[in-house]
Formats: sequence, C-alpha cells, structure tokens
Amino acid sequence: MSKEMCFEGVLQAKLWYAQRISAMILGICVSIHLAIIFYAIRGGLTAQEILGRTQGNLLFALFYEIFVLACFVHAPIGMANILQETFPKLSFAKPISWVLALLILLLGSSAVIGIYSGGIL
Amino acid sequence: MRPKPKLDCRAKSHLSYFAYVCHRFSGLLLACFLPLHFLMLSQSLRGASGFERSLQLTDFWVFKFGEWALVILLAIHLSGGVRILIIEFGAWRGLRKGWIEISILFSIVCGLLFLYLAN
Amino acid sequence: MSKVDLKVKVWRGAQEGEFIEYLVPRNPHQTVLDVVTYIQRKLDPTLSYRFACRVGMCGSCAMTVNGVARWTCRTHVSKIVKGDSLEIAPLNNLPVIKDLATDMREFFNKWKGAVGFFKGSQTRHEDFAKIEPSSKERQLANAGIECIGCGVCYASCEVVESRPNYLGPAALNRAWTLSNDVRDIQQLERQRAIAGDAGCHACHTQGSCTERCPKGIEPTASIAGLKKLVARSAVRGAKWGKL
Repeated sequence: MSKEMCFEGVLQAKLWYAQRISAMILGICVSIHLAIIFYAIRGGLTAQEILGRTQGNLLFALFYEIFVLACFVHAPIGMANILQETFPKLSFAKPISWVLALLILLLGSSAVIGIYSGGIL
Repeated sequence: MRPKPKLDCRAKSHLSYFAYVCHRFSGLLLACFLPLHFLMLSQSLRGASGFERSLQLTDFWVFKFGEWALVILLAIHLSGGVRILIIEFGAWRGLRKGWIEISILFSIVCGLLFLYLAN
Repeated sequence: MSKVDLKVKVWRGAQEGEFIEYLVPRNPHQTVLDVVTYIQRKLDPTLSYRFACRVGMCGSCAMTVNGVARWTCRTHVSKIVKGDSLEIAPLNNLPVIKDLATDMREFFNKWKGAVGFFKGSQTRHEDFAKIEPSSKERQLANAGIECIGCGVCYASCEVVESRPNYLGPAALNRAWTLSNDVRDIQQLERQRAIAGDAGCHACHTQGSCTERCPKGIEPTASIAGLKKLVARSAVRGAKWGKL
C-alpha cells in the first residue's frame, strides 16, 4: 500500500471519529436546545425575553459555546463529504468547508458573547 | 438503442435509504442555515434595542415558515443521527427500522408543537 | 391464477441495447429463472444468461428483476410480478458482456484489493490453531462468512454506482470477517487497504446491501465494525504497527 493511500485513510478515519464524537455532543445539545425553543416561543419571542434569560448567565454561555464548537467540527466535515461526492471532478469541497467552519466559529462565538453580555457594541 | 439501465427508485424504495436521504438533505440545509442563524444572534452585541430591531425582521411570514421548517429539519437530523450512532457504536440489531418510524413521528410532533406554541 | 401470458421485457445487448418483450406462459410455482430459461429454449436461443445450481446455493443466477437485484432461481414470479409484466436486466454496477451476463472481474478484484484473503503463519507441522467458537471475534466473523460472492449487494449499492473505486459491501464484509480471524497475519495491510474513500469511509449506511442480501448477511454491520477498528488504529495506533 502506498504512503499516500495510508495517509488518506488515516485522515478519513480521524475525520470520521471527530464527526461521530461531535455528533454525540450535538445529540445532547440539540435535544436541550429544542426543549429551550419550545419553552421560549410560547407567547412570542422578544429580544428582552431572550436577553433576560441569557444575560450574565455563565451556564448558558458555556452550554452554547460548547454547542458552537461541536457544530464547528461536525457541519464542515459533513459538508465536505457531500460536496466531494456530488462534484468529484471539482476541488472546492475543502475551501468551502473551511469557509463554513470559520463562519460557524466566528459568528457563533460572537453570538454567544452577544447574548451573554447583552450588548457591547 | 439506449444505455444499459441504472439503479432507479425501485432499487432504493426501502426505509433505510429513505432515512439516509432525509438525514443528508436536512443536514445540508441546516449547515447552510447555521451561519445566518449565528449572524442573527450576534446582533445581540448591539444591545437589547439593536437585537429587537433585527428580530422584527423575522416577523414576515416567510421567516416564520422558515423557522417552522428548520425545527422539523433539526428534529429529523437529530433522530436520524442518533440512529446512525446506535448502528455504528451500539450492539448490532439490524437497520433499526423501528427507530426510523419513531423518528418520523418525533419530527411530526416537533412540527405540530412548534405550530401550537408559537403565536 | 391468471391465464394470461406474462409480458417479459428482457435486456438485449451489452452496455447499449434495448428491452425486448417476450410472451411467456404462466405456470404455478414459476421462478424468474424458469422464465428466462423458457425464453432461451423456446423463443430466442441467442439470449445469454448465467445459472448453475438453480436451487439457491451458488448465486450465479443473480439479475435485476423489476429494478431490484435478486437470485432468479429463488424469486417466484407470483411474488414480484407487476400485473402481467416482468422486467429482467443484468446486475447493475457491472459491465455487461451480453444480455443478462455481466463481467464480474472488478467485483472479485476488489475482494483482493480489500485484502479479502487469508494468510496465516502456521504450517502443516504445527498443531491446529485453537479458536474458541464462542469467542467474540469468532462470533463476529461467523456472522459474515457465508458470503458466496453473488454480487447482489454490490449491484444494489448507490455508492458503488457513484464511486468507481469503492471496494463495495462484499469485499468489505470479507475484510471484516478476516479482521476478526485471530490467525491472520495481514491485519495491518488490510486496515490500510480498507480505510479511506475507496474503503469503509465511503459507506453512508444506506443499507441496500443488508436489505437485498439473499443470505441475510449484513454488510452494514461489518462496515460499521471496520470504521470503528480503523478509527481506533488511527487514533491510538494499531497493535501491529503504525497505520
């Protein structure tokens, strides 16, 4: 077996593992998040209500930051797989996944900072 | 003369394949939606009033429909994903068709619950 | 039972061709292989097809019947007929030699590619290897060793269709059974062969292989096992060396 195939195999194995571990974390996070959604949307949703729950709440901030980090691992790997299979001849699977990863990490973390701080801009 | 036949929907008309399609499709849409969702929430950095202004954008019915669709997609992807994790990491007990049926039910319940609780 | 003749569309040609319709009299307990045999003997002797045991042991008669890969000798017409019609085509995902006969070389070459063969370290001069039948590895291996290489799973898999170099469910299933054979000394080479996009990681658990296997083997389970095995080796290091 050539060295290149070995390396590709090892990379795929690690990506698979990372995706499944982040999936387990997301399983818990999404279940809790769905419950929060159903609780929060009763009688409408306002910014005051949301921030009233999350502002200064360290637990919420930690929970959602873990959620963001798990998405940061899970979604781009899934996206890369789909792009690579649908467009095998083109090579934009990796760059698009990296862009998605960056967007999730940066926008997600700023969202967490936003709801924790209640506005710093 | 025509090219030889390929796999068509008759070959793929079984529950496990349907579960795969739902899981892949919901995952793709959720991945596309996620950056927008975070962008929306990061408006909270502008404080309560700035946040409220951006939330009011979502009062249009198309956004409300989108929110409802996303809750359903999330439910589908969650239950489909848990099934994959059970298949790959749990004790082998077949393709878990019972789980697929529960997933469909769970997604419908989430959709209905959203309609009932949202105003 | 209907007295009307069966309208049977059969693929004639090779990679290109067309479906030709034949009228075949109905019989009770008729199998699809009986139908194909009738066409070749009574209606059109130029029809090419494969069969051998005709009793569901060899897997040679596998074809696509009404879009689904099956053993034609074990498929009763009454169970799958659509009104009065049948459609018979060669197995998917394999080059067609002629009519209903496919070229299975790539299928068997992929078994080799997955290191789907045994290599031991003992000779005839050593004592028998003692394998406990109830051991975990042996039970896992036993679940998959009845494969006779009929190609139905390979023909049913969408990933095989979309990725020409994907090893496929049969080859990976065999690799899994051998991964659980404690006497085999090629485990490292095997893991290298079945990891990656041509190997187990291309599987998306669609389950068509498990759904269609005429022997009730579950390649989905085997491939899931391989994914875990390779992940463990990649992250923690394999016991026979670096992956």
